[in-house]
Amino acid sequence: MNNVRILLTGDCSLSVEFGNEISEAVNRRVRSFRAALENAAIPGITETVPTYRSLMVHYDPAVIRYDPLRDELEKLLGDSGDAPVPPGLVLEIPVLYGGEAGPDLPFVAEHAGINEDQVVRIHSSAEYLIYMLGFTPGFTYLGGMSERIAAPRLAQPRLRIPSGSVGIAGTQTGIYPVDSPGGWQLIGRTPVKMYDPEREKPILPEAGQYIQFIPVAQKEYDAILREVEAGTYAVRTHVRKED
Amino acid sequence: MSIRVIQPGVLTTVQDLGRFGFQQYGVPVSGAMDPRSLKLANLLLGNDPGEAALEITVTGPQLIFGEANYAVLTGGDLGAELDGKPMPRYQAVKIEAGQTLRFLGLRNGCRAYLAFAGGLDVPLVMGSRSTCMKAKIGGIKGRKLEAGDELRFRAPQPDLPFPERRRIGTDFVPQKQYELHAVLGPQDDHFTEAGLRTFFSEVYTVSADFDRMGCRLDGPPIEHKGGADIISDGIAFGAVQIPSSGKPIIMTADRQTTGGYTKIATVCSADFRFLGQLKGGDKVNFIPISVEQAQNVLLLERQYFRMIRDFLR
Repeated sequence: MNNVRILLTGDCSLSVEFGNEISEAVNRRVRSFRAALENAAIPGITETVPTYRSLMVHYDPAVIRYDPLRDELEKLLGDSGDAPVPPGLVLEIPVLYGGEAGPDLPFVAEHAGINEDQVVRIHSSAEYLIYMLGFTPGFTYLGGMSERIAAPRLAQPRLRIPSGSVGIAGTQTGIYPVDSPGGWQLIGRTPVKMYDPEREKPILPEAGQYIQFIPVAQKEYDAILREVEAGTYAVRTHVRKED
Repeated sequence: MSIRVIQPGVLTTVQDLGRFGFQQYGVPVSGAMDPRSLKLANLLLGNDPGEAALEITVTGPQLIFGEANYAVLTGGDLGAELDGKPMPRYQAVKIEAGQTLRFLGLRNGCRAYLAFAGGLDVPLVMGSRSTCMKAKIGGIKGRKLEAGDELRFRAPQPDLPFPERRRIGTDFVPQKQYELHAVLGPQDDHFTEAGLRTFFSEVYTVSADFDRMGCRLDGPPIEHKGGADIISDGIAFGAVQIPSSGKPIIMTADRQTTGGYTKIATVCSADFRFLGQLKGGDKVNFIPISVEQAQNVLLLERQYFRMIRDFLR
């Protein structure tokens, strides 16, 4: 219960805040509480939204008013301690690095004082925690990128970045789920659609999962793209080894 | 073809009450900016209160109907005329095939809602028919209406029973200054005493920069204790963000799901009827309300909706 605060976000939602830092430990508590809340199945809760360090809980005050809901949540926070979070699922996201797909790879390499292959090796060797999704549909806020390949944003943002582009901004890395303007350094592109409103599961990644980028060559990229377009591609996954 | 769009108006979109359950994936909720007006239009037609309708902004479209049905127009007064005669608001109006609806210009408010008995035949995307232009989903191909578009009624009822009973008084009444009741939080502790006093005592003016994502206000800056940035967290409809400029931005239907600015308070749900009708130049002030009171008012409003529904059964 220590450091946990229940904050008012109007008359139909509240925010349970677990800390004031971006850390895997705090984020794990958000997910653990979300799992506990799902098990508790409190009537009136309509939707929950996990973020870096808090869980937003939407509810219908015609079913449960603020005070009784707060009591229920406090009770749950008291008992659950920390409900175990299952080991993370790692989504293996194929990426064609460099060239037209990643026009800023040379800059990132030069900025880091290493060669392009080394940037790719560092970028694709980590499993990045999806802290949360937000900003646009399917955009993942990832943690854990090596500072060795950190790079500043473009001074002049691009007007249109194609969906699937993989970029770096500061110590953050991420994938553009939809075509949009943006200032990230683009190092590659994935043929996998993070967001596809036509798909049965429109958004592929979920908060609490991990992403690992897998370097692929042009031929493999093209083959995967054909499967994605035919709707037959399934992203490979593995269960993360707990450290 | 039930409706043909001759002129689209500045921003006419299909909206229901929004897309719920997908905020965890970063999908904006969208839905009607003034949910009360949408619900009233639907209730008067015997529709589900959350049935999809047209949300019409400032300058309305010109529409030709190809099929008879009943319609209700609610919200702001945009000067609607059906075949050259003023179309009454807040009451069921029979529309005949071949009739033309146009809007002469804004008289008050900002948004009108045009609902049809049996709703609009627009596909559900993630459980909702609401248009989200940012995510390019819902409504007509995820965009606003364009000239030449055609829309179909889903289950038109040209013989809707007892149409004469389907009317209420004009519900939206424009104000010289809109009082928005707001529940403190989630980041009220990021502001000085003076900052909180400013927020609840000064008058703010809606800037020209208002859209379905948010409503920017001009007025005395609100003083932070520290910085204006926080670790991104969830954003509710009506959340009042205060960025480093100190000028409030009220987050509305198409807001992004998460954000990194301090939020001083949240406008209570019952006042979205005013929030959704604000336009550039309008004056607002904020009044504190407890969460208990805000919920009482919200439940009273629901009771009013139930009464209308039961009366028309």
